[in-house]
Amino acid sequence: MTEFEVPVLSIKNLNKQFGPGCDHCTNLEPLTLIKNYCSVCGTVYACRDVSFDVYPGEVLGIVGESGSGKSTLMQCLYFDQETTSGEAYISSYQNGMKNLFEESSQQKRYIRNHLMGKVYQNPLLGLKIDFSSIGNIAEKLIAAGSRNVERMEDRGSQLLSKVNIPVHRRKEAPKNFSGGMQQRVQIAKALSNQPQILLLDEVTTGLDLSVQASVLDLIKSLQREMNISIVLVSHDLGVIRMLADRTLVMLEGQVIEQGLTDQILEDPQAPFTQSLVHSLL
Amino acid sequence: MNNAYNFAFFDEGSKREIRRATLKAIAIPGYQVPFASREMPIGRGWGTGGLQLTLSLIGKEDVLKVIDQGSDESVNAVSIKKLVKDTTGVQITDHTSQATIIQSRHRIPEVPLRTDQILVLQVPLPEPLRYFEPSEHETKKLHAEKEYSGAWLMLFEQIMKYGSMTTGADHPVMVHGRYVMAPSPIPRFDNPKMDENEALILLGAGREKKIYAVPPYTRIVSLDFEDYPFEGESFHGKCCRLCGSEGVFLDELIDEATGETFYQCNDTSYCCEILNEAEKAGVN
Repeated sequence: MTEFEVPVLSIKNLNKQFGPGCDHCTNLEPLTLIKNYCSVCGTVYACRDVSFDVYPGEVLGIVGESGSGKSTLMQCLYFDQETTSGEAYISSYQNGMKNLFEESSQQKRYIRNHLMGKVYQNPLLGLKIDFSSIGNIAEKLIAAGSRNVERMEDRGSQLLSKVNIPVHRRKEAPKNFSGGMQQRVQIAKALSNQPQILLLDEVTTGLDLSVQASVLDLIKSLQREMNISIVLVSHDLGVIRMLADRTLVMLEGQVIEQGLTDQILEDPQAPFTQSLVHSLL
Repeated sequence: MNNAYNFAFFDEGSKREIRRATLKAIAIPGYQVPFASREMPIGRGWGTGGLQLTLSLIGKEDVLKVIDQGSDESVNAVSIKKLVKDTTGVQITDHTSQATIIQSRHRIPEVPLRTDQILVLQVPLPEPLRYFEPSEHETKKLHAEKEYSGAWLMLFEQIMKYGSMTTGADHPVMVHGRYVMAPSPIPRFDNPKMDENEALILLGAGREKKIYAVPPYTRIVSLDFEDYPFEGESFHGKCCRLCGSEGVFLDELIDEATGETFYQCNDTSYCCEILNEAEKAGVN
């Protein structure tokens, strides 16, 4: 095996359920559930046995209808939610030997601050909207250990101009910004500590088309430049087509299909994927 | 001494509960220990946290000093002294060096403290991360995970807005490399006095129901940045107009009639002691 083939991020059998589960649904027979919901005990199976690998510099797209567990999966990866079961490994953390989900909360915090960046669908979740934009970027840098104001200010200004926020507005709070600008501040924040793994949850949803294009352009160029691995969740197949090298299709918490993006879009196998692709084209 | 009350106002059970919280606080320097803040004959937010600590600690042999912003004679300080004296009969003093327990609102006395003394500070807001994170549930997690980027972020924001760190008082400190702590609203000038202090420093927040502590010889570092180091207030080139002291915390006063600005020791008992000594030396 060459080094290129070692995945940066490796997820094995991730499960996430909301609710205790009961005799009726624990056997996980598809027929006993209504979609991913157990009608007897009310348990929702948000992610069921999800496994995938992300390789260095690769963009992995995840598509699926709303409620299919995409965002829950992302929240689990960023430790915003506890997983019910499953394993995750990052190659640069403890040589990829330690299951991240079993680490202490301090260690999880370390991994988030040093190795990952995340852009949320809702900017309110990823930003402190009362703090200045540059402060928001500095927060991530401080968390990653920086204690030099000048360097943080330079880096922040540089990132903000990269995402097309005028430098003279850097000290303004994101609450004064439009949704698109907030989203771009969030991207700048997520990139500030040069993470190895970037998690993007519906980043372009709600942005106007020209901004969408520039954000996608930005992500693409940064990914090339810094060789970041990206997990990209979107229901917009255009975004997936433009960015993702490989794509997973999720339905009712399960991965129903995966493969090269072109292959998925041109020759979808599963009925759901077919209808998804045809509704677009 | 008023015998209608138990010694030191509280019943023994209450004192024991406060002492238990205090012991835990000393064992985990800088950690905020919750306690059942009692009803007091003064309103919450008027020094009840400090007063409860004082009342739980005090014994018949103790000598008490109470200061309010450096003054022994302000209404709040006098009322607290009256209450403690009335319910315990202990001796009251103005002299820092004679006191065994010093309850203070927002100053650390100029006279260096000793190992046989306890400094009790009154705290309005014990949570250094509160402005950054409003939820107690969340700040507890942040403390547990030693995630203090919020504390630095608040200072960073001040630098962005005003060009320097602008905490006039209550500048956050790192206690022994573990917990970030609000040192109560003492001026930045007093922060370095906490570092490796010989006396036990206890901090009590009555309204917020928290007790925390800085044991003797604990490392206290004020938060700062590499290129914006922490600095206390500077009184360079200024001295007290009464006693002539330099290098102490001075109040700036303006004579309304002449418009003249002058400076005077904030710690009134220290100023008095210097003046008395000078007078004695003059007589001899």
